[in-house]
Amino acid sequence: MSLTLALRVAPQVPMEAEALTFDRVADLSESDIAALPLLHGNEKAAVGDFFKVSGRANGEVHLEGDLGRVKYLGAGMSRGRLVIHGNAGMHLGSAMIGGEILVKGNAGDWVGPEMLGGRIIITGNAGHMVGSAHRGGTIGMRGGEIIIHGNAGNETGNGMRNGLIAIGGNSGDFTGVNMRAGTIMALGGLGWRSGAGMVRGSIVSMQPAELLPTFSYDCDYRPVYLRLYLLYLRELGMAVEDAWIEGEYRRYSGDSVELNRGEILLLNRQKLS
Amino acid sequence: MRLGSTDIIDTFAEAFAMWGTRIVITAETPAWALAAARSVTGFATSVIGCKCEAGIEREVPAEETPDRRPGISVLLFSTSAESVGKRLVERIGQCVLTCPTTACYNGLPAEQTVVVGGLLRYFGDGYQISKVLNGRRLWRIPVMDGEFVIDERFGIQPAVGGGNLLLCGPDAAATLKAAEAAVAAMRKVPGAILPFPDGVVRSGSKPGSRYKSLMASTNDAYCPTLRGFANGTQLPAGVRCVLEIVIDGLDLAAVENAMRAGLEAAARQNLVQISAGNYGGNLGQYKIALRDLIAAAPAAVA
Repeated sequence: MSLTLALRVAPQVPMEAEALTFDRVADLSESDIAALPLLHGNEKAAVGDFFKVSGRANGEVHLEGDLGRVKYLGAGMSRGRLVIHGNAGMHLGSAMIGGEILVKGNAGDWVGPEMLGGRIIITGNAGHMVGSAHRGGTIGMRGGEIIIHGNAGNETGNGMRNGLIAIGGNSGDFTGVNMRAGTIMALGGLGWRSGAGMVRGSIVSMQPAELLPTFSYDCDYRPVYLRLYLLYLRELGMAVEDAWIEGEYRRYSGDSVELNRGEILLLNRQKLS
Repeated sequence: MRLGSTDIIDTFAEAFAMWGTRIVITAETPAWALAAARSVTGFATSVIGCKCEAGIEREVPAEETPDRRPGISVLLFSTSAESVGKRLVERIGQCVLTCPTTACYNGLPAEQTVVVGGLLRYFGDGYQISKVLNGRRLWRIPVMDGEFVIDERFGIQPAVGGGNLLLCGPDAAATLKAAEAAVAAMRKVPGAILPFPDGVVRSGSKPGSRYKSLMASTNDAYCPTLRGFANGTQLPAGVRCVLEIVIDGLDLAAVENAMRAGLEAAARQNLVQISAGNYGGNLGQYKIALRDLIAAAPAAVA
């Protein structure tokens, strides 16, 4: 039986739960886990005040209930698997290093900020600032993967330096703003001003997008590397059409206010068979 | 020993420790993948003169390749890990990077790796782009038809080279027919390649020479024209042609399996004799006995 923490008392105000990572609970007894500290609003609390703890971790830890007000789940996690059966709050997987977080629901803002490695999968939607730098910081996600099957809010990948963010639906405004490198694949559409200030990196979409005038058209072509990415996303369970794998893309370089080495690839839907 | 109507000499092939790798080349069409594979395996018959030995392992259907385009897998062997890396950089850089529409991927998951794409990337003159997908670093190098995509690192592993069969026939036509049958059977064995032209070599060699500058020279013991005066001719009566098949494999089992397949296929072609080349067991790390290879079919052995 794997370790399960079932929410039995819903938090009335946002709660910070940095203790709820695989690393912190994997080797502890039920009573030790129940004694781990939480911050409920501005008051100190314990895990046992809100969760019923049962079982032992066998490579996985399960969290059950609507955790939409619980922040920092899986923060700094380096190994193992954290499965959240419900919604997750802000700062999910903050500065995560390794392992996997699976959210069977929606996630709030700031998914995987300044993440270094590992994988976050969200079956529903995510809020703003996915994989971004914290405010005041310049470097966002540096590695790992964030896979969102639904939509994402604004400023996805703000300052991103490496890794992969894949969004099955739409990505909001300023996707990839100030991006340093890495790959953002929005299989739906892109919001306004995507790629603004990007230095390097790739933003890919299967829908037309209105780009900033500081992006210049290069060519229509079939990027071989994109086939690898799309096939990988299909392996991860995302709905990837054959036409996207075989398709031709319009390549734009930008942002010319920066190094101009970034790229935006938009599927040329006129040439779909 | 006999296999069918063919005498099998109770001897062994002496094989050597090498280092090997597998690369997968893909392209828009099977023809272009094959063009690159032929080019990258050209002039790669023997480490003595070519610094490596290489050959096409098999066609890889699109559904099995990393980018789902038609592909070819190629095996390459050399005498050291470092040499495999250098040969890959030279050959992929000159023969695959240059070939229209191709991409080149590591086909050998292994603990030890050599950097290939990470060196070829400099051809991009600063315009190359790195991508990391699921822990694997790829390089995108801009070229005139789009981009060349290549893995940063390729796996290498200890391998076995120099497995061989000597097919002794009554004339050139019969021996060629037997060699072609053997090659067809051996090419079905995964993990092994036959580095010589269409798998067959007529200029079998012995180590050393009366000329100091040569490492190897003609295998006079098997030259029909020297039967009358060469020391220690190995040719039985009735043999007027000998063809050799050399096998390199990613492991000993692959070499043995290929030799076994070739032995059985060639023996059905009414050769006079099948033997194997060795140096008395003094040079190679592996001894592959023909007796052991045909032990799986004891009824055929007289």
